Amino acid sequence: MSSRRSMIENQPMKRPRTSLPDLDEARLRQQAIGVRLRQMFDEVVNEPVPDEFLAILRKHDDERPEEA
Amino acid sequence: MGTPRARSEDDPVRDEAFRRELVVLIPHLRAFARTLCGDPTAADDLAQDAMMKAWDARASFEMGTNMKAWTFMILRNQFYSEKRRSWRQSQLDQEAAERTLVAVDDPEAPVALDELRQGLAMLPIEQREALVLVGAGGFAYEEAAAICECAVGTVKSRVSRARRALQGILESGAYTRDGSSAGEAMGSILAHAERLSQAK
Repeated sequence: MSSRRSMIENQPMKRPRTSLPDLDEARLRQQAIGVRLRQMFDEVVNEPVPDEFLAILRKHDDERPEEA
Repeated sequence: MGTPRARSEDDPVRDEAFRRELVVLIPHLRAFARTLCGDPTAADDLAQDAMMKAWDARASFEMGTNMKAWTFMILRNQFYSEKRRSWRQSQLDQEAAERTLVAVDDPEAPVALDELRQGLAMLPIEQREALVLVGAGGFAYEEAAAICECAVGTVKSRVSRARRALQGILESGAYTRDGSSAGEAMGSILAHAERLSQAK
């Protein structure tokens, strides 16, 4: 998952925000949104998978014609 | 997506390897579906359909290639074929997103995450999926382009437009929820990022 690396980690935001040029400020905001976006996605990834999913897959499996 | 070619014979070992890999991908399919549908129940239905379609089409999958991208493509195709049957879907997406704002564990930033969800739901679907695939799903632009069946440059431009639009929405308070002032979400998101970076 190499493209998942956080730009935030590579560029710690230590300087006071007011002194940043507009471009850096915009980049900073984009990074912040990116962090949140990944968090939002990962929240669902980390939810336990409802039993239904595995049950459906198993049921479907059982319905297959018998293997020789 | 070609129709699954029936194999002349079953291959239980291969099937089992496929099944294991597919099960690992279920959480990711659910997350991708959630960003497309908004409504968690509809999203799980979509993810289940995609999972079964992938299983049925397993004979056409080349083991060792990127199964995550392959299943995401199936899910996306499934989403659009259902969407075509329902012209009101985008409106429903929006309503569902507003209805199902999920409570967040981090008490310091629940507002921002809700509004990020809403902001995301306000983006045109092709921008939303491109941003989610690249910005959250861990896909390279090339992989996202394959999933969306479009040119790499198209994905890049969609992601870039999505980022600008999302930032604009968050900063202008275009999502307007009762009581929250414009720019509050962006401020909260920035503060959150800063806390994360300082925690390192």
